[in-house]
Amino acid sequence: MRLSNMTRWLLALAALVPLGALAGTYDLVIDRQPITIDGKAKTAMTINGGIPGPTLRFKEGEEVTLNVTNRLDVDTSIHWHGLLLPYTQDGVPGISFPGIKPGETFTYRFPIKQTGTYWYHSHSGFQEQEGVYGPIVIEPANREPFKFDREYVVMLSDWSAETGERIFSNLKGQSDYYNYNQQTVGSFIKDAKDKGFSATLKDRLAWGGMRMMPTDITDVSGYSFLVNGKSTDDNWTGLFRPGERVRLRFVNGSAMSYFDIRIPGLKMTVVQADGNNVQPVSVDEFRIAVAETYDVIVQPKEDRAYSILAESIDRSGFARGTLAPREGLAGEIPELRERPLLTMSDMSMASMGGMDHGSMGHGDMAGMDHSRMQGMDHSNMAGMDHSQMAGMDHSNMAGMDHSQMSAAVPNNDYAPGSGLVPSAANGGRFLVYGDLKAMTPYADYREPDREIELRLTGNMERYFWSINGLKYSEAEPIRLTQGERVRIKFINDTMMSHPMHLHGMWMQLDKGNGQFNPLKHVVNVAPNTTLTVDVPVDALGEWAFHCHLMYHMASGMFRKVIVEPPAVQSAAR
Amino acid sequence: MTVRMNYRAPARIALTLLVFGFSSIATAAETDDAIMTRFLLDRFEMRNQDGGEEVLFWEGQINVRTDYQGLAFKTSGERPEGGPTESAEYQLLYQRLISDFFDAQFGIRYDNQPGPSRTYAVAGVQGLAPYFFEVDANLFLSDEGDTSVRLEAEYDLLLTQRLILQPAAELNVAFSDDEAIGVGSGLSSAELGMRLRYELTRKFAPYLGVQWERKFGNTADYARDEGEDIESTAFVLGISAWF
Repeated sequence: MRLSNMTRWLLALAALVPLGALAGTYDLVIDRQPITIDGKAKTAMTINGGIPGPTLRFKEGEEVTLNVTNRLDVDTSIHWHGLLLPYTQDGVPGISFPGIKPGETFTYRFPIKQTGTYWYHSHSGFQEQEGVYGPIVIEPANREPFKFDREYVVMLSDWSAETGERIFSNLKGQSDYYNYNQQTVGSFIKDAKDKGFSATLKDRLAWGGMRMMPTDITDVSGYSFLVNGKSTDDNWTGLFRPGERVRLRFVNGSAMSYFDIRIPGLKMTVVQADGNNVQPVSVDEFRIAVAETYDVIVQPKEDRAYSILAESIDRSGFARGTLAPREGLAGEIPELRERPLLTMSDMSMASMGGMDHGSMGHGDMAGMDHSRMQGMDHSNMAGMDHSQMAGMDHSNMAGMDHSQMSAAVPNNDYAPGSGLVPSAANGGRFLVYGDLKAMTPYADYREPDREIELRLTGNMERYFWSINGLKYSEAEPIRLTQGERVRIKFINDTMMSHPMHLHGMWMQLDKGNGQFNPLKHVVNVAPNTTLTVDVPVDALGEWAFHCHLMYHMASGMFRKVIVEPPAVQSAAR
Repeated sequence: MTVRMNYRAPARIALTLLVFGFSSIATAAETDDAIMTRFLLDRFEMRNQDGGEEVLFWEGQINVRTDYQGLAFKTSGERPEGGPTESAEYQLLYQRLISDFFDAQFGIRYDNQPGPSRTYAVAGVQGLAPYFFEVDANLFLSDEGDTSVRLEAEYDLLLTQRLILQPAAELNVAFSDDEAIGVGSGLSSAELGMRLRYELTRKFAPYLGVQWERKFGNTADYARDEGEDIESTAFVLGISAWF
């Protein structure tokens, strides 16, 4: 054990020694300036005058120097999301460093030890919501394991006319402040017609008894969704020559929004997730959680415009861009699909157990089953309505529905019967976590040394979020020892999805692919599900570990992780 | 759920009450335990009563608190057109989260009304009951040694996303007579209201509605002796707001 640790140390040291004289210096200036996007004006925060900030292109093995200047009147910081670096360069105020004071320039220096698509953003206050984010692309020292003729970064984000502080205070004042899709008398009457009065009443009573809303899909609405800082109307466009292979580097730089991404008319071959190459998998659509990245390769063959559609999971809008053979073209924008509803499957027993009264009798559950079925039927039907099914008659539709239902691989990223299970708009293949298999097997794959259980918890009504029932300000740090392999078992006791992000080290997502389990920096934990990841603990220092939904992080779903060297006593023993 | 007490909080809340503002927030550790201030003007309305009399009625509260605990100042009262103020009630309460949906509250209530004023000790709960009923239930012990209970509940029925019908009820029960302020033991009074509001924004909604009130038992007798009505129905027109 001691020997292998020493070997690992030596290897780590060797990796730190720059092989060439490759070194780059980059200057970033964070400032406040008036910006109008999609008709929504505000004094936003920019990096080098733009939203998003410039794409930082690094090369594997490069020694980078990044001078970050703060022209704001408040502290700022830049965190290099997904990058493996000394913890003092990680950019989290209060953990890695004190932050960057107004007027000051902080110089980050670290070696680039990885390749792929990443991003950077402020880790101070709500500055990320205000515009302080940008993409990172790291080219490999050797050649890429897949071919493409050109590439584009597609950075998705959510833009609000309100400040982050205002949004946070609105949520604290009224947790359903942004939910303008609540169930009403009108929807009761409609559902009663469709499903029967007593089933509908049972459904409403079951949710009311818990004081929860099935319409609670996202916490914040009113966003404009952007592609590389451009609204749907501004239509970001990437050019191609028909037949070329185009690599799209998707980054979800949103504060709060998940997207389902598709390019009607094109299959997307997923080749990378969170910066790590995966075995190519061809899909029609995939969901990107907040702060994840996915690289896909597409091959548009026709001389026409293709819409890149990132539909928010609450179906409130698209982030839309276009792939086109020349400037000035736009593809079609389809109608938004039906807004999903949560089902009782998305409610954990823990949150139900938390009810004051056991209002969930068997009768109620039966009622819920019913509504869940309706919900599934509905989403499938809607999906087909909007694609090629329009002209087909009823019998074909029924047949299609049936085959789709039976052929579909169960999506175990969600609780069985969850209302959040996505399906591809064209009825095709939708990426699931289990599809992500590392390109190369992980060398040090082994049983974890120990397991840490983290329950994702929160108070929906008062809007604060926590881990194991404790907010960051109340909790002790999580202590790990360098060299150990720790299994983290996330148990989501809430009815919201949480994109959990560990700084400084990988999480090896356990979806049953063994040593091909992919390395990720963000994993989405769906409502009422358990997800396990194995963390190879290989980076000394203090790191942040949190839900990447901005207002969940700010209200307490956050931990400090301290990685210590193996204790002297245990080595002597 | 375990609720953890932060013993520094009361001092900081007091400080915030003095300074009355937010400081700039930098890290998650600071934001997740921040003190928040919220003004709620639940009802600010003109009541047009049966006799044609116009009465201004208000009910509001200010909360200065963290997620777990803090202070609430509540006031309500009414003033007929041209004055003087007929009744006014003020409460200063310490609130503490005791479950996911409820705060326990303790403090004092001071009533300034025609006739002698009263000071009460208050103990109760405020929060969201199952099926989305907003509840405020309190026990009062007056400086005269009289005990009473008040139960308030309201429910939001969404006709549309912005048009909301709100039935509300209030019951007052006294356990002894306090003739000087016109309250007799037993069920002393009940109020039922129905308000239809339109949320122009989440934070500002004009409304109209009806308010019915009745006194019962000894309380009704005291009112009759004073030549007052024991029952009234009023059309109301008002606004509710928070920020």
